[in-house]
Amino acid sequence: MAVLVRIPIPLRRFVEGRSVVEAQGRTVSQVLGDLGFRYPGVQQRLYDSSGLRPFVNIYLNDEDIRFLSGEDTPVKDGDLISVVPAIAGG
Amino acid sequence: MGYTTGLVCRVCGRHYPEAPNYVCEDCFGPLEVAYDYERIGHDLSPKKISSGPKSMWRYEALLPLQGRPRAGLHAGYTPLIHARRLGEALGLTRLFIKNDTVNVPSLSFKDRVVSVAVSKALEFGFETVACASTGNLANSLASQATAAGLRSFIFIPANLEEAKITGTLVYDSQVVAVDGNYDDVNRLCSELASAYPWAFVNINLRPYYSEGSKTFAFEIAEQLGWESPDHVVIPVAGCSLLTKIWKGFKELERLGWIKRNSARLYAAQASGCSPVSSAVKNGWDTIRPVKPRTIAKSLAIGNPADGYFGLQAIRETGGYGEDVSDREILDGILLLARTEGIFAETAGGVVVAVTRKLVEQGRIGRDHLTVLAITGNGLKTQEILAGKTQQPLRISASFEAFAERIEKTEGRQQYGCAG
Repeated sequence: MAVLVRIPIPLRRFVEGRSVVEAQGRTVSQVLGDLGFRYPGVQQRLYDSSGLRPFVNIYLNDEDIRFLSGEDTPVKDGDLISVVPAIAGG
Repeated sequence: MGYTTGLVCRVCGRHYPEAPNYVCEDCFGPLEVAYDYERIGHDLSPKKISSGPKSMWRYEALLPLQGRPRAGLHAGYTPLIHARRLGEALGLTRLFIKNDTVNVPSLSFKDRVVSVAVSKALEFGFETVACASTGNLANSLASQATAAGLRSFIFIPANLEEAKITGTLVYDSQVVAVDGNYDDVNRLCSELASAYPWAFVNINLRPYYSEGSKTFAFEIAEQLGWESPDHVVIPVAGCSLLTKIWKGFKELERLGWIKRNSARLYAAQASGCSPVSSAVKNGWDTIRPVKPRTIAKSLAIGNPADGYFGLQAIRETGGYGEDVSDREILDGILLLARTEGIFAETAGGVVVAVTRKLVEQGRIGRDHLTVLAITGNGLKTQEILAGKTQQPLRISASFEAFAERIEKTEGRQQYGCAG
């Protein structure tokens, strides 16, 4: 599945400065894995040794994946995943 | 000017120069303003502060500006009231209310953070400010942006209370009502902040903005005679206020301006949106986001940005978290109004009702010095009281009409007046 991923400013230096890139996979986890494979540096920003970093929020088509099936949430062609820093608002 | 030494990541400790930036490039951790406390301690003292302006700017040295403040010059330094009648109702002898229902210019604690944020936006040279808000921030930013000659875009959940929407539109701010809850608005604004060259006060200016909340703790300590209270009960939405009250007391202790920081911090939430109090009560290490469902719209944040650090603050200080039903919130608002004459918005009802629970649980003792953070004005959320108060006595404009009605209501013997 080809999915679009919206990239926040702190990650853009690893993706040639782009705000949206394409990645492949059948689940959110696979798409993020592919993103890390295509763009070195992304993986270690998004993940630490215990998994997705606590201050990274991931949305699939504007819904927080924690309300879906987390990183196992299936994706389909044309879906949009957003990577959003968690520290905002309030 | 200024005592700041840049920004530092709260997670990995990486330093950054001052800029409209809020997230660490290495670990996505939040950036926080760092200060040169040695120089502050050398230049200032409680005595010097006591002769400062009667506003939050008496603590200017502990706020992140390079130049002088340029917005919200009268914000803060709100009353700390010994709440004897409410204390009697709750079984507490040393109960105090920090009354930000009368903060200026917009009647909530948000005037503190916005004063810093708008001053900082001007320092950075922004011409447009923006925010994601549950209402109080909207009111304050719209007001202060207009007064500073800045354009403002205010993003709110579409179902907000009418008074909070009107109280934003009146300043000719561009209000954007988003279909969705606050967390949807916040996510949208986080994405917009990457694309628009604006100062989103609670996103890219958040490290500076949030520092304004420390003044809530500074003022409590100063108004108690440079003492730390035993307990502070704080309404929690994004958990920024609680986290910054924690930082504020710790700064005062570090500077030696209070002897010992013994304040236990309590998160007060509505049961319909209680990600922080649930984590405390269940001993979770992480916040599990929720979909809010409560009349306390100002606290309806299901995915609190500072939840992680709020949990740390609560655990480190020995505090706790509790939550209350919508019914209890209404009872809390009425109890506060009918004991102390203070009309607070829903968040105030949450704090009063949660305090009652904490007393019942034995967490707050009868003679402990307890401060309630009452952060917003009830005039903004009046609609929730519809049908919950008495109706006016409706009469014709005649002496007899009044006398007849009042005697029917209250009994003849009380009133011995002739006529």
